[in-house]
Amino acid sequence: MLRIWTKRRLASQCLIPWRMYPTTLISTRNSSSGILHDTLDRNSDSYTRNSKVMDELVSQLHSHILKVMEGGGPEAVKRHRSRNKLLPRERIDRLIDPGSSFLELCQLAGHELYQEPLPSGGIVIGIGTIHKRLCMLVANDSTVKGGSYFPITVKKHLRAQEIAAQCKLPCIYLVDSGGAFLPKQAEVFPDKENFGRIFYNQAVMSSEGIPQIALVLGSCTAGGAYIPAMADESVMVKGNGTIFLAGPPLVKAATGEEVSAEDLGGATVHCKTSGVSDYFAHDELHALAIGRDIVKNLHMAGGPEVSGQTRADYKEPLYDVKELRTVAPTDLKQPFDVRSIIARILDGSEFDEFKKLYGTTLVTGFGRICGQPVGILGNNGILFMESAQKGAHFIELCTQRNIPLIFLQNITGFMVGSKSEASGIAKAGAKMVMAVSCAKVPKITVVIGGSFGAGNYAMCGRAYSPNFMFFWPNARISVMGGPQAAGVLAQVEGITKRKRGIQWTKEEEEKFKAKVVEAYDREGSPYYATSRLWDDGIIDPADTRRILSLCISATLNRGPEATKYGVFRM
Amino acid sequence: MSMMALILRRKILSKPYISHQSSLYSTTPEIKSLNSQRIEKILIANRGEIACRIITTAKRLGIRTVAVYSDADRDSLHVKSADEAFRIGPPPARLSYLNSSAIIDVANKSGAQAIHPGYGFLSESADFAQLCENENLLFIGPPASAIRDMGDKSASKRIMGAAGVPLVPGYHGDEQDIDFMKLEADKIGYPILIKPTHGGGGKGMRIVQSPNEFADSFLGAQREAAASFGISTILLEKYITKPRHIEVQIFGDKQGNIIHLYERDCSVQRRHQKIIEEAPAPNVSSDFRSHLGQAAVSAAKAVNYHSAGTVEFIVDTQSGQFHFMEMNTRLQVEHPVTEMIVGQDLVEWQIRVANGEPLPLTQSEVPFSGHAFEARIYAENVPKGFLPATGVLHHYCPVTATSAVRVETGVEEGDTVSMHYDPMIAKLVVWGQDRLSALIKMKDCLSKFQVAGLPTNIDFIIKLASHRAFQNGEVETHFIERYKDDLFIDGSNPISAEKAESAAKHAASIVAACICQNELARLKDKAPGGLHLWYGNPPFRINHFAKRTVDLEWENQYSISGSNLLTVSITYLPDGKYLVETGESNSPGLEIQVTQLSNNDYRVEVDGLSLNVCLAAYSKDQIEHIHIWHGDSQHQFKQRMGLEIYDDEETIDKPARVATSYPSGTVIAPMAGLVVKVLVKDGEKVQEGQPVLVLEAMKMEHVVKAPANGYVSGLEIKVGQSVQDGVKLFALKD
Repeated sequence: MLRIWTKRRLASQCLIPWRMYPTTLISTRNSSSGILHDTLDRNSDSYTRNSKVMDELVSQLHSHILKVMEGGGPEAVKRHRSRNKLLPRERIDRLIDPGSSFLELCQLAGHELYQEPLPSGGIVIGIGTIHKRLCMLVANDSTVKGGSYFPITVKKHLRAQEIAAQCKLPCIYLVDSGGAFLPKQAEVFPDKENFGRIFYNQAVMSSEGIPQIALVLGSCTAGGAYIPAMADESVMVKGNGTIFLAGPPLVKAATGEEVSAEDLGGATVHCKTSGVSDYFAHDELHALAIGRDIVKNLHMAGGPEVSGQTRADYKEPLYDVKELRTVAPTDLKQPFDVRSIIARILDGSEFDEFKKLYGTTLVTGFGRICGQPVGILGNNGILFMESAQKGAHFIELCTQRNIPLIFLQNITGFMVGSKSEASGIAKAGAKMVMAVSCAKVPKITVVIGGSFGAGNYAMCGRAYSPNFMFFWPNARISVMGGPQAAGVLAQVEGITKRKRGIQWTKEEEEKFKAKVVEAYDREGSPYYATSRLWDDGIIDPADTRRILSLCISATLNRGPEATKYGVFRM
Repeated sequence: MSMMALILRRKILSKPYISHQSSLYSTTPEIKSLNSQRIEKILIANRGEIACRIITTAKRLGIRTVAVYSDADRDSLHVKSADEAFRIGPPPARLSYLNSSAIIDVANKSGAQAIHPGYGFLSESADFAQLCENENLLFIGPPASAIRDMGDKSASKRIMGAAGVPLVPGYHGDEQDIDFMKLEADKIGYPILIKPTHGGGGKGMRIVQSPNEFADSFLGAQREAAASFGISTILLEKYITKPRHIEVQIFGDKQGNIIHLYERDCSVQRRHQKIIEEAPAPNVSSDFRSHLGQAAVSAAKAVNYHSAGTVEFIVDTQSGQFHFMEMNTRLQVEHPVTEMIVGQDLVEWQIRVANGEPLPLTQSEVPFSGHAFEARIYAENVPKGFLPATGVLHHYCPVTATSAVRVETGVEEGDTVSMHYDPMIAKLVVWGQDRLSALIKMKDCLSKFQVAGLPTNIDFIIKLASHRAFQNGEVETHFIERYKDDLFIDGSNPISAEKAESAAKHAASIVAACICQNELARLKDKAPGGLHLWYGNPPFRINHFAKRTVDLEWENQYSISGSNLLTVSITYLPDGKYLVETGESNSPGLEIQVTQLSNNDYRVEVDGLSLNVCLAAYSKDQIEHIHIWHGDSQHQFKQRMGLEIYDDEETIDKPARVATSYPSGTVIAPMAGLVVKVLVKDGEKVQEGQPVLVLEAMKMEHVVKAPANGYVSGLEIKVGQSVQDGVKLFALKD
C-alpha cells in the first residue's frame, strides 16, 4: 500500500495541472424531477470526431471477436465436427433455454498473449439460464490446442468459478480437454492460483451448496479427470467422452497393458462399472439434454433470488443508448459530463443525484437499470478530498440499503499538490477505498475512459473484487499516464546519470521518454488488459445498459449480505 | 340480379318453411287431426356430422334430441350436442349403430316418438323401418316397402323398367352361378361393372376390363358384399366409359305428392366414392334438367315414396343419354348442396313429412338460386391411393361459417378418427351466385381449413378444384384418373420438384422464425423476478448476434428417400427481426419479422411481404409435428425432439436414434384395419404382385401384395386380428 502511495506522490510531481471540468454542463433544471436532460450537441466537431473514432474502435473489437469465434481455425473445426461434436458456443446455445441470453465473459482472454494465437484462451465461460435458473457455464474449446490448459486458460476457468461462488451460480463444466499444457507446466501446475485450484473450488463450492455438474463431451485426461470426478453429478457421452488418469499410450508405457481409450475410460466403463460418471449419454445432444434435466431437478433451497425491489415494468432511457458510442471520451483530455452516460443507462433517464453540489467531481446518485435499483458513482474529473468523502458516504448509504453499486470509471487520480495534501486527501482517499473494499453489495465497474493511479482503487478496480468489470474500447489503464510516467522516469534517470557524471543529451532523454510512452501505450490498451483478464471483457458502449442489467440480475442470485467496515481514518 | 339472388337465398334460409305455412294450414284440413301425433322427441340412430346436423335442426324446431353412442364415441360431439345420450354397445358398428334392438330399446326408454337414421348404418334397412313401425315409432324416412324395393338393385331396375325409366343394359337376375354370370357378362360386353345388389357407396363394386379378370373380381365382390350387407347377390351392368354421375333430390309426402329439388352432380369420385359434389349440375340445359327431374319423380312414384330420396342417373357424356342407376332411400351425405340452392332445410322437411304434414312447396314453387359445392374432407392418405387414415385431430380449426359457408362436422380438436367408422372429418359447403364464384369461395375456404394430426385430402381437393377442366365443369366419374398427371405429384418432374423444395424451404424459414418468437414469449412470461431480462428479444450476446439452427424434416413427395432434412439457421437481429438462412450458398437469406397475434396465429413480414400465418404443433412418438398455413399454401414439418428421449440402461447398447424404418423386404400395414384373409402360409414362395393378405378398414378391402418374388417369413398375423398403421406384417426373403 505504501509503495502505491509513493508512486502516486512521485507521479504528482509532474502531473500537468488538471483543468477543473465545469460541473454545470447540465443546465439548471427542475431538480425534483430527477430526469437528466439531453446535453449532447450533435452538431459539434467533437461529436463527429468521437463517433468516427468510436465506430472504428467498435468495428475493430468486432473483428477481433469474429476471429475468436472461429475457434482453432477451419481445419480443427472440421476435424471436431467429424466426431459429431459441437463447438463450445453451440453446446452452450443448446444447453441454455432456447432463445435466451448468454453473457459471455472474457472473450478476448489470451489475445496476443503467447507466441501462437489462443482464441478466447481455449475456454468459453459465461452466464446463462437453464430451466429459468442462472448458471455459470464453462466450456473447453478442444479446437484450440486440444482444449489444453495454458496459464491464461486456468486463470479464466478460475475467474468463472470466482463469479459462480460470488453469485452462487450452479457450475456446468462442458469438459473436452487434454489437461494441462505440458510445455508451460511451471506456470500451470504448482501455484496457488493454478490448475489444482479448480478442484479446490469445486469442493468448496459444493460444500456451500453450489451445484457442480460436469458434462464429459470429450477427453478428460490426467488432472482433467478430476473435473467430472469432483462434480456432484456427471454425464458422459458414449464414444467421445473419456475419463482416465493416464491415456492408453501412458498405460502401455507404464504397465504394458494394451487397451483402447473407450475400454479404458469410456462412458460404459464409468457409468456401468467404475461409477465415476452418473449419466450415460448416447451422443452430445443427449448429454446436453441430460445436463438440462439435472439443472431442472436442482431444487436448491432459496432458489433464484427474487429481489422484491425489482420492477417488472420499466422505461427505456429517454435517449438512444447507441449514442453512448459518441459520448464516450475518445480523447481522454477532453472534458465531458458523465451524466450524459448515466442518462443513457438508467431507466427513463431518471437519476436522483446525491450531494449534487458538494464534491462535484464525483457524481453519485440513485436510479434503476431495467427495474433493478442501483447506486451510481461516476467520475466527472479528478478526485478531491470532498469528492472522495462523498463517495465513501454514498457507498455506506448503498450498503445500508442493499443497493448494488455501479462504478463508471474515468479517473486520472486524486488531486496532488501541497494544498491537497494538507487537506488530508490521503485520508479521504483511504476512506473511499475502505468503503469500496468492505462493501458487500454487488459491485460492477465499467471503465469508460481512463483508469489511472489510485483513482482505479477508489473506483473499484480489479483488486477490489467487483463482481464484474468491463472496459469500453476507448479505455486506458495504467498507474499513471504514459507522458507523466516518462517525465518521472526521465527525472529519476537524469539524477542517476548526473550522480555518475554521465552527460545526457536532450535527444537521448527524448528517446528514453518515447520508449516509456510507447510501453505505457501498449500496456495501457484495453486489449492488453483483457488478454490478461484484468477485466471480464471489452464491450460495445451501446451494450452497456443491457450488460449491466444482466450482471445485476446475476449478482442478485445470492441473498443480501451485511457489510462491516474496518477503521475509517477520521 | 346476383344480388337479388343472394337476398332471396338469405331470406329463405333464415325463415325456413314459414312463408308456406299459412297456406298449408288453410288448405289442408286433415292436418289438425295429426297435430296430436307430432314429434316432440327424436332419437338419432347415427353418429358424426349427420347426427350433429339433425340435432341442429331438431333444436331449432324445439324438438328434444336423443343420441346413441358406441364406446368409441363416448366423448364425441354428437353425444355432447344431444339433450340425452345412451350407450348402445362396443365400437364395431355391428354391435352398436347397426344394433336395431338396442336402438329401439333406447327409443322406448327415452320416450322418443321418432327415429332419424341419418345416412349409412340402418338408414336403408327395410327391416329396421319395419321394426320401428311395429314398435309404434316413427321412422323418419320412406316406407319400408320402398326401401325394400329400391334396396334390391335388381328388383329396383325391374320396377323402373316397368315405369318407363331408362336403364343401363345389364343382368339383374337371381341366377348367380359364376359360369352363368360370365356368359351374361360376355353378352353385355366389356368393360363390365360387377356390383352387389344390396348396399351402396361403391362397396364391393368391381370394374372388369376383360373376360379373364372376371372370376377373381366376381368372387371378391361377393365376399365384400357378404361382409358388409349380409347378402351376396351380384348384378352385372354395361360399364359406361365416360359417364357423369348426376342424381336428383326428390321429396314426397304421405299425401302422395312428390317433387324434385333439382339435381346434383357427384361425378368426381375416388375409389367409387364421392369427393366433391355440386348443385346444380354444370353444363346441362334446362330441358335436360326438367327431363331428369321428371324421370326421378316417376321413379319415386313407382314405389309410393315419401320423405327424402335420391334417384341416381348415369349420364353418358358421349350420347347425352341418361340411365337410371339406383335410388337411395335416405337423406344423402351431399344433401346440403341442394339445401343451399333451394334455401330449404331438408331435415326439417323430413320431420314434417314424418308428422304427416304435406310438402311445403309445389314443384313450381321450389326456389332455385346460385350454385353450391360440397367438399368432403376425409382423413385419408392421398398418395397411398386414398387409403383411409386414422389418428388424433391434434389441431382442428375449420373455417368460420357464414350464410354462404357451412361446415358440417361431427368432430372437435382432440377427437380420434378411429378405424371403426367412416373417416370423414367434415363437409365444407359453400354457396355462390354462380358456379365460378362458389368455386373461388370453396378454394379459399379449403386453404384456410386447418387440420393437423392425420393426413387429409384437403390439398388434393384444392388441386382438383383448381384444375382447368374442373373449372370448366368438364366433370365425369373418371376425372381423377384422366387428369392424374396434373393432380398427383409426379416424382420425375425436376421443375416441380425444385419448386416444391424451394416452397418448403420458404415455409420452413417462416416456421423457424415463428418458433423462435413463440419460445421467447413463452419463456419471458414465466421467468421469475428479474430473470425475464435473460429472455429479451433479441437474446443478448456480447459483441455478436445470437444464432441458432432449427432442423425441420420435410416430407418430400418428389424424393425417393421421402423426407428431407432442412437445416434452418437463424440469426437474431438487433431490431428483433430474424435473419433466416436455409443453407443455400446462393440465397441471401430472408429477413423475417414476426408478431404473435394469439397462441397459433402470427403476422409475418418476409422481405416486405406481410401475411397471416397459422402454426399448429403437436407431438407424437417423440416427434414434434408442425403444420403451417401461410397465404394459400400449407406445409408440414417434423422436428425430432431429440432431447430427453432415452431411457437409461436398456438402451445403452442400442444404436443412437433408432430409425423407425424396417429392414428392406419388410412389408408394413398400409393402414390400420382388420385382417380378413390370409392367403399364403408363412414360408411359402410368392411371386411379385401375389396377394398375401386382405385387410379391411372402413368397410373397404385392401389387398396386401408381395412387393417382389421371394419367400414369406415372419407372417404371424391371423384372420380376425386388428393391425395398426405401419406395423410389420411379414417380410420377404430370397
